[in-house]
Amino acid sequence: MSASKQTYTEDEYLEVNEYQPKSNTGRIANYVDTRVGGTSMVREFGRKVFPDHWTFMFGEVALYSFIITVISGAFLTFWFDPSMATTRYSGSYAPLQGLEMSMAYATSLELSFDVRGGLFMRQLHHWGALMFVLAMSVHMIRVFFTGAFRKPRELNWVVGASLLILGLGAGFTGYSLPDEVLSGNGLRIIDGMLKAIPVVGTYTSFFLFGGEFPGNEVIPRLYALHIFIIPALLLILIAVHLFMVVMHKHTQYPGPGRTERNVVGYPIGPVYAAKAGGFFFIVLGVLSLLAGTFQINALWNYGPYDPSPVQAGTQPDWYIGWFDGVLRIMPGFIGNIPLEFVLPTPWGGNAIATPVLVPMIPITLLLLGVFVWPWLETWITGDKREHHLLDRPRNAPTRTAFGVAMVVWYLVMWGAASSDLMATHFALSLNDVIYWLRAAFFLGPIIAYILTKRICLALQRKDREVALHGHEAGVIEVSADGEFHEKHKLPNEYELWTLVSYEAPAPSGPRPNAKGKITALEKLRARLNRIWFEDRVVPVSREEYLEVMSHHGHGPAALEAAESRQAITAGSSTDHR
Amino acid sequence: MAEHGNGDSTAVVKAGDGTSGGYAIDNPGLPPHRPRLADVDEKAAKRSERQVAAMFIVSIIGTLMFFVGYFAVARMDQFDDYFEGMTALRVQNTLIGVGTALAMLGIGLGIVHWAKTLMPDHEVTEARKPLRTEADRAEAEEIVTGIIEETQIKRRPLLRNTMIAAALLAPLPAVVLFRDLDRTEDFGVERMRHSLWDEGVRLVRDPTGTPIRASDLTIGSAMHVIPENLREIESHGDRLAEKAKAVVLLMRLNPDDLKEPTPGREDWGHDGIIACSKVCTHVGCPVALYERHTHHLLCPCHQSTFDASEEFKVTFGPAGRPLPQLPITVDDEGFLIARSDFTEPVGPTYWERGHTDPEGDFPA
Amino acid sequence: MKALSQKRRHPFAFVALLLLGLLLTGGLYAAATTVNQAQASNTPDGFSSEQVEEGERLFVANCATCHGMNAEGSDAGPSLVGVGAASVEFQVGTGRMPMQMQGPQAQQKPPQFNEEQTTQLAAYVASLGAGPGIPDDEWLDVDQGDPARGGELFRINCAMCHNAAGAGGALTEGKYAPSLHGVDAVHIYTAMTTGPQNMPVFNDANIPPEDKRDIIAFLKTYEKQGSPGGFSLGFLGPVSEGLLIWTLGLALLVGSMVWLTSRSS
Repeated sequence: MSASKQTYTEDEYLEVNEYQPKSNTGRIANYVDTRVGGTSMVREFGRKVFPDHWTFMFGEVALYSFIITVISGAFLTFWFDPSMATTRYSGSYAPLQGLEMSMAYATSLELSFDVRGGLFMRQLHHWGALMFVLAMSVHMIRVFFTGAFRKPRELNWVVGASLLILGLGAGFTGYSLPDEVLSGNGLRIIDGMLKAIPVVGTYTSFFLFGGEFPGNEVIPRLYALHIFIIPALLLILIAVHLFMVVMHKHTQYPGPGRTERNVVGYPIGPVYAAKAGGFFFIVLGVLSLLAGTFQINALWNYGPYDPSPVQAGTQPDWYIGWFDGVLRIMPGFIGNIPLEFVLPTPWGGNAIATPVLVPMIPITLLLLGVFVWPWLETWITGDKREHHLLDRPRNAPTRTAFGVAMVVWYLVMWGAASSDLMATHFALSLNDVIYWLRAAFFLGPIIAYILTKRICLALQRKDREVALHGHEAGVIEVSADGEFHEKHKLPNEYELWTLVSYEAPAPSGPRPNAKGKITALEKLRARLNRIWFEDRVVPVSREEYLEVMSHHGHGPAALEAAESRQAITAGSSTDHR
Repeated sequence: MAEHGNGDSTAVVKAGDGTSGGYAIDNPGLPPHRPRLADVDEKAAKRSERQVAAMFIVSIIGTLMFFVGYFAVARMDQFDDYFEGMTALRVQNTLIGVGTALAMLGIGLGIVHWAKTLMPDHEVTEARKPLRTEADRAEAEEIVTGIIEETQIKRRPLLRNTMIAAALLAPLPAVVLFRDLDRTEDFGVERMRHSLWDEGVRLVRDPTGTPIRASDLTIGSAMHVIPENLREIESHGDRLAEKAKAVVLLMRLNPDDLKEPTPGREDWGHDGIIACSKVCTHVGCPVALYERHTHHLLCPCHQSTFDASEEFKVTFGPAGRPLPQLPITVDDEGFLIARSDFTEPVGPTYWERGHTDPEGDFPA
Repeated sequence: MKALSQKRRHPFAFVALLLLGLLLTGGLYAAATTVNQAQASNTPDGFSSEQVEEGERLFVANCATCHGMNAEGSDAGPSLVGVGAASVEFQVGTGRMPMQMQGPQAQQKPPQFNEEQTTQLAAYVASLGAGPGIPDDEWLDVDQGDPARGGELFRINCAMCHNAAGAGGALTEGKYAPSLHGVDAVHIYTAMTTGPQNMPVFNDANIPPEDKRDIIAFLKTYEKQGSPGGFSLGFLGPVSEGLLIWTLGLALLVGSMVWLTSRSS
């Protein structure tokens, strides 16, 4: 039973030597296998089945973008010098010639103007980074709305969320490296935010910058983080993430032939491998197209970092935008009352930078919420089963509505980071834009929740309607007695299965614990459970379905279809589920 | 049409109605396989083959395009005319980028098209294995309990407790090692209270360093200013760190537009000329956008708005304090000078900002 | 930098035409001393009395409603005494005046007056009181400017409102700093000397004429060099880049994903 106690016969040891390969491939396999034992991997993976759906490919986009940024980044390191030592620029870019600047900025310019293909690689690296975080975000949204994070995949969800946060770190540290005015002001904002942290903030900033901002140290330190520490962590977590994907096998959408016990799709060899491999080239092709035709981070515009200049339209890259936006919509005063205050202490008092600290609350809540969500949902719903079949988002209306509300919340914060550009490009007042965003920050998620939930329920009702009465065929028939009917086309059994195979349980009340007592926590759980399940559209039941089918009077054609289907379902009704 | 009403009454079932059960029909299994054109028609298969080959040829063309871009277009520094060099760079970047894109897309689209049209497209069903069997779990549990038992850790709490204490303490040196990340001599928060400004320090233009006469500013003028002694600092990094605290915006308003100053600040300006720290009290961006009629100062990072005519008080946005004002006057030669340093630390709020000032530099 | 002046015709064409107009009406385009441009051009000497008279007629017909019969100002418009010919050159020359309607600030639009009429209006306004004059063309000659130095000055004095690439930006309560792309040298110059709308004044004591010329040289170089990396996306920085990756970038990939996973017919 246990591998450690197993003994092998002498024949088994000798068997490997007796294997006679039949082809060149076989000979290579034999050579490798007798040394490192690789054929078990081929056996395991060669025909492993992966389900095929376009929404399953965002993770691949993220992986490929990561590989592309690693490769292009490695190229950039050969020229880039992450030093804050000063030099006088003497490269090709005329409007900066003769200016004093750091080596980091000078070599970034050299890469752009004096290394052939350097500009392309820089742009590829930057577009790849934007795509990396984008793909991870969309992938996470897909996993959330289809319920793919449920048991047994909760830990992989956490690994994924950690990857996203590391991705933000990788992006921000890279954005800051060229040491020009735009990213310098970004670092200055980081410095300001660090200093706002009570107790340890000021010294954290000193340690990061090696003294007072900006100092001589920060660029090499960010460089170490950017090219070594963060990518190493990313690589490790990506490996764990992929290992778990293989171990769990991929989830699949509900549909005919798909069950909790199987995986339906294409084997890795050759179809899936060809498609996935080909897709790497497509991602690289699309990013190259962007890098060749759209300018990104024109760092020569901004000039060498200096604490005095700043430019209109100072923004971070998109994935840091929501941090910036939420800082923008927080007021510093309410009326004439300052929100910032000094906490009286025996040594004179400590300053609390409320306008910087409060915006960290929604950010922390959102990030923390992502990490604990799988357990929170299980706790509320009480569903501890394994799930390999995904939810259609409409069939989990509360989760979908809550998710959309959170996405809208994020979007408001994200959008706020471009408040000044909204003002100039839509001829609005900058102040009004902020007022509207403040309102949207509170109302947006609530409205989104209500609307989404209604839409989900309406779509479920529509599914019921189609399951029982078919699609409107767009043909009006007149019966002999002059009554008008619209002809309905009943769905075939495959479509029907997708429409009816979901669950919508009723809320479960509070359950007493072992001592027979209902705790306050359990009461809260029961209330959340009620909110979760109270509005629901039950799937079509078997009785209901047979009843409707036997009374169908749509017309000869429809009746015929109904009867034939009834025969199918009736024939197998004994062994249902 | 009466039958259509059947479903409607049950559409939304409210809480308490427990009609849930098996599905209406049984899983019908995979739909029958539908052969592709290329499976049944050899001509279609041949066509697919040609299409895939064409995509690979596009890829070859793309690679050639890259070489043209790389070798046929000269590098920027080989041009006498700057603008021609710039144009060449753009052409080169486009050729290299689009060439790479074609090379990669040709391969990628080709392989995928190949897989889609010519490789087998039968969907395969594979059974999921249970992650771990009950027996495995029991055995693992047994092994772990055995290991723990053999260490005797449960029977000897002294070992356990001292080990936990040692393990908790051991990582601390690793944290302490980072102390020298900041090796500056004046380590600590005191330095944040001071800038290069001091009594008699001249205001000079950024970046030229020329001193400023009061008459140089007409009403509505704004000037970006640094302290004269900033230029004496040799090290670039130290200079930037000092500049980051010392940058000042100087502006001249119509004296009638200035609101009554608070007591103690009556002589901080000179004939409508006032100076403030450019570092935002929110998170430190330079507040440099000055509107001369509304007297608004706007920070482009988070839109904090300050009113220059009312001692730089916050009128909008996230900033929590007014911008510190620099007291200025005119020296014997008619140049603008500082009366003192800022009377409060400039820039964003930090934890120790509220500490009692040990040197008594700042009035309460 | 020679090619700059050869290919960049507009500002010089404009100045040449202006000179021609002045010669035709017998006026002398005075360049007085070059030591202090602000003082030198304060005198309306360069304008003839005919121009002043013609300018007054135009003023009464087109501007007096808001600025008053004698340009003394009203509730609807400021006094123009002492604003100088440079103000007229900027405001009327860029079409901002006459204003179409009251708003947070005057909008740029096609000029309502031709160059001759603009000069006449400038002559009239200059006759009302000393103010910044129209710059000598020496200060508009970008060939003599240093774009690197101009760029440094631009980043410290201008980029906070007008954006590091001169693409413009938002100010408070609906006001904005306009884009500087395609703006004539003379209008960049006169904007600095007069401080239109809410822009601060950058007089010659603050930014000397040589420095103004450097700034113009920087802007013109920047305008001419284009964007070497491909389409510029409006020079707006990370926001437009983020928008592109979320629209075009995502669309291209989703398109290929849908194609890749769809069954072939």
